[in-house]
Amino acid sequence: MSERAVAGSVDAAGLRERPTGLYTLVVMKFARNRVALFGLACLLLILLAVVFAPRVTPYDPIQKDTPARNQAPSLLHPFGTDKLGRDILSRVLYGGRVSLQVGFLSIGLAVVVSVPLGLLAGFFGGLLDNAVMRVMDLILAFPGLILAIWLVSLLGSNMVNVVIAIAFFTLPTYARLIRGITLSIREMEYVVAARSMGASSPRIMFYHILPGVLGPMIVVTTLGVSGAIVAGASLSFLGLGVRPPTPEWGAMLADGRNYLRTQWWIAVFPGMTITLVVLILNIIGDALRDALDPNVRA
Amino acid sequence: MVGGFMSKYILRRILIAFPLILAVTTVVFVMLRVALPGDPAKLMAGDRASPEQVEIIRRKLGLDRPVIEQYFIFLRNFAQGDLGRSVKFREPVLGVIAKAFPFTAKITLLSVTVGTTIGLLIGIMTAVYQRTWIDNVGIVVTVFFFSIPTFWLGLMLILIFAVGLRVLPVQGASSWRHFIMPVATLAVGQSALIARLTRSSMIEVLSTDYVRTARSKGLAPRRVLASHALQNTLIPVITVVGLSVGGLLGGAVITESIFGLPGVGRLAIDAISNRDYPMIQGTVILVAASFVFVNLLVDIIYAFVDPRIRYE
Repeated sequence: MSERAVAGSVDAAGLRERPTGLYTLVVMKFARNRVALFGLACLLLILLAVVFAPRVTPYDPIQKDTPARNQAPSLLHPFGTDKLGRDILSRVLYGGRVSLQVGFLSIGLAVVVSVPLGLLAGFFGGLLDNAVMRVMDLILAFPGLILAIWLVSLLGSNMVNVVIAIAFFTLPTYARLIRGITLSIREMEYVVAARSMGASSPRIMFYHILPGVLGPMIVVTTLGVSGAIVAGASLSFLGLGVRPPTPEWGAMLADGRNYLRTQWWIAVFPGMTITLVVLILNIIGDALRDALDPNVRA
Repeated sequence: MVGGFMSKYILRRILIAFPLILAVTTVVFVMLRVALPGDPAKLMAGDRASPEQVEIIRRKLGLDRPVIEQYFIFLRNFAQGDLGRSVKFREPVLGVIAKAFPFTAKITLLSVTVGTTIGLLIGIMTAVYQRTWIDNVGIVVTVFFFSIPTFWLGLMLILIFAVGLRVLPVQGASSWRHFIMPVATLAVGQSALIARLTRSSMIEVLSTDYVRTARSKGLAPRRVLASHALQNTLIPVITVVGLSVGGLLGGAVITESIFGLPGVGRLAIDAISNRDYPMIQGTVILVAASFVFVNLLVDIIYAFVDPRIRYE
């Protein structure tokens, strides 16, 4: 804990008489960004609406309701209904479960795999570093979406495989970043000092290097989740991933694409929701980056 | 001496690129032969094929030989530019890809050029007028453009310009007007990406000592920007432009599918849904190879722009 306090007071030069932890400073700086706070509140609202979808909307997302088909947005159906009479708002809320899970789970998986890989490669260097990084180069040689399409079509179309595919092409970027940070922290004096005091390698990695990796990773993963949501929706837009009638944002858009001339709302609202969620995540990511950057004033 | 460093650097990059392409082809080969569930010959022959027909296909594809032998035959053919014949098109894979490539190259180059130009302008403006209303508007616009998913933007453009205003054609590639919407779709994201990057890079450069020196010498702000700051600002931008070109050459899948453009991305997707194995293999390998090649090119350009790289 002590090195955090030291780092904090160094970063905010002049605050030495009032030592505040680096992460407290970051949170304070983030909290001063009103746009980001508003975004965070909206995101929480959307998350709550998606999780408690059955309480928010009275309509079933899958059950047909033929008399109510192809209705334009109204008070009864704010986002309108599709060709089977299903309420689009309900489908957007239930579909959010799949899309948001894909976003968070795939990035979570990528982090869980890339953190140890990057730490070990950067810390021990040599053959291990070379082996891990060449494999990462190989994955990076494939453009992300094509690789994901290919993996899902090989593994089979379902949510788990979509998560694996997205995590797979995100992994090398994270591993590279973590390795780079590890390399630079490894040579810092406080790490050398810890080592000279007899700290073991796992201890140094866990207590001295990992905290330094966290900051940049928080930013990258926030932006990563928005990218993963888009990637997941892109896959289902192309017909890979979750199978109908299960609602999913990308699949709903692909469906609405055929009715652009007559029922524009089928495509407009799911797309607007994806854009909104991605926009919020990007704004929060940007704000976190600014908050973590000592050169950016609050 | 600079020439010596230069060629050594380039040589090293090239020497890294070739094993990478070899590794890519190997991975693609292994994935298709070993990791794939089911018998490719049976899948290709279809459900109603007799065992004899399946056997003929198997022999034709060389699938009756040991895997190692198949691998070497595959590598030899690949080295000779032979990627096999497409099952669906009944033509050499390379020929089919060559026909699709111009469409992809066209929208890639146009959208990257348009997007990068707009992005640079926005990025420089917002950096120079940092913390003014210009900057604020710029940040809002770019984060919004950055967040719109391609597939939704494409559909919205169709809804507005083809369905609503009826000024542009929806699908196809028969005239230049068909390319306006796909290029715009891709350029929006590209411009946002470049604008964000240029802004942060420019702000960093503007705070360096040599820019401060140039200013204190009394140089006109325009001069400082154009001949001092811009060059170093562009260094990270080049990498990202390169990545965009490499990515789009094989990855404009969504845009091509929305606007019905017969490009490489479409081809790759169709190959996957048709289970056209030689075609899948060919598109994935070529897409990855062109990605590696463009990155190699970027590394070389990089060394010209940033002399520090050569001594790495």
